[in-house]
Amino acid sequence: MKLRATCSLLALIAATAPAWLLPPRASAQAQAQAQTPAPSAAPARTPAAVPARTLPPVLPPSQIDGPLAATWPTYNGDYSGRRYSTLRLVDKTNVSHLTLAWTARVDTHEPEAGHAPDAASTTVGGEGTGGFPIGNVAIRGAVLQVDGILYITSTDHAWAVDGRDGHELWHYFWNTRGGTHIGNRGAALWNSSLLFETPDDYLVSLDARTGHENWHVQIASLDEDYFSTMAPVVVGDHVLVGTGNDSDSPGFLQSYDPRTGKLQWRRYMVPMTADDPALKTWPSLDAARHGGGNTWTAGAYDPQTGYYITGTGNPTPSYTGVARPGDNLYTCSLVAVKVDTGEIAWHYQTSPHDTHDWDSAQTPILIDGEIDGKPRKLVATAARNGYFFVLDRVTGKHLVTSKFGSTVNWARGLRPDGAPDADPAKSATVPGSLVSPTEGGVTNYQPNAFNPDTGLFYTHENTAYQLLYLTDPDPRGSMGLGGKRFAIVGAAGNGFEAIDYRTGKITWRHEWPGRGGAGTGVLTTATGLVFTGDTNGNLVAMDAGNGAFLWHTRIGNISNTPETYLIDGRQYLLVAVGDTLYSFVLY
Amino acid sequence: MITTIRGGCPGAGIRLRPTLLGLLCCAALVAAARVGAQTQAPSAAAPVPQVPAGAPAAGAAPAAAPATFPDQQRPPGDPAVVAHGARLYAVNCKACHGGDLRGGDLGGPNLLRSQVVMSDQDGEAISQVVLKGRPNPPGGGTPMPAFPLAAADVHAISEYIHDVLRSKQRQGAPPPGAQQALDILVGDVAAGRRYFRGHCAGCHSPAGDLKGIATRATDAGALQDAWVAGRPPLAAGANPFAAMFAPVQGPPIKATLTLGDGTRAHGTLLRIDDFTVSLNTDDGGYRSFVRDGSPGVRAVDVDDPMAAHRHLLGVLTDRDLHNVTAYLATFK
Repeated sequence: MKLRATCSLLALIAATAPAWLLPPRASAQAQAQAQTPAPSAAPARTPAAVPARTLPPVLPPSQIDGPLAATWPTYNGDYSGRRYSTLRLVDKTNVSHLTLAWTARVDTHEPEAGHAPDAASTTVGGEGTGGFPIGNVAIRGAVLQVDGILYITSTDHAWAVDGRDGHELWHYFWNTRGGTHIGNRGAALWNSSLLFETPDDYLVSLDARTGHENWHVQIASLDEDYFSTMAPVVVGDHVLVGTGNDSDSPGFLQSYDPRTGKLQWRRYMVPMTADDPALKTWPSLDAARHGGGNTWTAGAYDPQTGYYITGTGNPTPSYTGVARPGDNLYTCSLVAVKVDTGEIAWHYQTSPHDTHDWDSAQTPILIDGEIDGKPRKLVATAARNGYFFVLDRVTGKHLVTSKFGSTVNWARGLRPDGAPDADPAKSATVPGSLVSPTEGGVTNYQPNAFNPDTGLFYTHENTAYQLLYLTDPDPRGSMGLGGKRFAIVGAAGNGFEAIDYRTGKITWRHEWPGRGGAGTGVLTTATGLVFTGDTNGNLVAMDAGNGAFLWHTRIGNISNTPETYLIDGRQYLLVAVGDTLYSFVLY
Repeated sequence: MITTIRGGCPGAGIRLRPTLLGLLCCAALVAAARVGAQTQAPSAAAPVPQVPAGAPAAGAAPAAAPATFPDQQRPPGDPAVVAHGARLYAVNCKACHGGDLRGGDLGGPNLLRSQVVMSDQDGEAISQVVLKGRPNPPGGGTPMPAFPLAAADVHAISEYIHDVLRSKQRQGAPPPGAQQALDILVGDVAAGRRYFRGHCAGCHSPAGDLKGIATRATDAGALQDAWVAGRPPLAAGANPFAAMFAPVQGPPIKATLTLGDGTRAHGTLLRIDDFTVSLNTDDGGYRSFVRDGSPGVRAVDVDDPMAAHRHLLGVLTDRDLHNVTAYLATFK
């Protein structure tokens, strides 16, 4: 075996060597220990540190941005959210020659359900007492790839895997206290630290080379029913984290010091004080302070303005808007936050006064393009409510709205500001209203893609209908997601769409036969390809220009979103189906 | 490649049944829902661990409570203390915070979503508010006076509040209250009859497949869900996703395939995507075909008896919806 320098070899040693041979912890950890300990940081059960050696960092923050090419270093690959790879080895002529390099099922190292993971090969952390099975492991988030090593997460687990053959290098298990275990959407790298969130609201920092824990810090209150799924976003010496909540607690975005886990700032997405100008969009401060607006999906970052642009979640109580008349800022909005201070630079609400649990927490996409012949710096989003928006990302000025959900029937039209004008009759009603989309939305968190060569924005389109009943007409409103009942009564025919960002018009649409729904996002390339999953378990490659199928393989319903990168000069395509990774390569 | 979906209501058979294509559709919808919305119930994404043996039984929170992890289980309070706290609450707190703790006429906030209450472990935070009052409530509104109660009484109040909090339901929903009788039959029977004759009678008849449907449905909501979706009524409280898995009965979806050599295959459609299609052919055999190669399938003609219901979803107004339901509710 040809020896390779630095991290991958060290990680290999970590997986196979006895403890005394383990490589040193990251220098970042030594620095962290030299400083004030992070709040509520606790040591993990890991072997004692061995003398530090100087190692190059796995991923300095300065190397995160740039055209998406050999590595996949962040949730979206780069800060723009485009999921547009500039790699050119795989193209329309040879994509059908992609072949399976390896497949690997992630190992939780649980000898039996209900027992702690096998300590011999696993670092165990966490504040919970354990003693019960978590359940199915599914990879729903991004897999990071740097220097041939893959970094994978699912709820309460992280792994490093060799990207050449899929064998495990290390495993980390988080012993949970609880929380909503709906998924984990990936990790972030800061130098040699791997950062991820847990359902019981901790931000955990691991040494990416060993899987040993640097520190963990509580980022939200489990008692207040927060749960954390978002892939953190590293910008310089900030790690941005978001949380979720269904229990009428206020949403916020936070920035932590990636070195120490110290809180830098917390920005609420609803008014928390009487002097907040957004309070006029709420009936009372009490309503605003229980108004939701959670930030649970990784946003995009614009280095030129220093703005981190995130979508925010729905207002609460979700279905009983009677308790919160008004637009309810900054819920269901695109919000540009200054990374250094947490201040809001601008905001635009894509779903004023939502009453359907349609978070606008989709990943926005930064586009450098043209509108009306003028070069513009833009941000676009295809919202869960079925509308597509383009804004000026410097000023937040609204430019384009279009309805991309063909069945969407809940709005009477558009307001002068370009936002949908909700039809109150399509909220939950006692005798029932026929509404499309359903709670899941026309889109959801699954990331979309934008290809600057075609000028097209790619998204799945769900077309289901529900009968939505108000079951709690209490004038105080209900709580959380309560007070309603819905019945899903069919779908018109789900599709995949390519939207012209300049107009919002649909350039082409493919309707999936069998009328299923897809649970995956989109990848596009500089060679004119689109990769996604269909509704019947196929991984497909399409022509980005017209949607023609170029390749497919039926491996099951894809649970994350396709990614591509280079290892040893070869272009790979990686997807997860539940707990199993499928790595395709062009030889 | 051509795919044609024929609409309409073929024949006069009974059509109020789920069909295969509908089920294919629905199964995949469920799959999408499982990985989709963040705010789906946790059980839709991953099995929620059951409370292990030995967990509190007497007075335990109902199964729908959000905290199913052992570390999130709060042991039940002493029933006598809780009862004492309930009496004290009724006297001192109810007027402002409401009999159900969700806020009252005098402006007290909802305690079941209060950060003080949810974060309180053993009365330490609640007692501070009770004893000192809230001259400047963080959420604005009416100031709360101090209640100089004995320590044991304050503790009993906090135990009572926690006891109610334990019965909160999944996804932040309030404790189940008294069932309200909500009348969803707001439609006009005569108008519903007219709509039915114009739009539904080609496939359905009051004396045929729909005979007694109002009796088969547990309530008007279940009846309305069933007729719009085109499936049998579900039991009360059924999971909306579970509806997707109702047994496949009734008329099959038929498909005619035109093959590359010009011949045709006809049968019951089992599965279709962009790349393969499979049938139970009329002679009883199983056959599958590739759609993107040669020798492959040149065209697929699907005869889906549910096409009319899918079309209906896009054109049905809520007024017609309620009118037809009111009419069908007379089919006792």
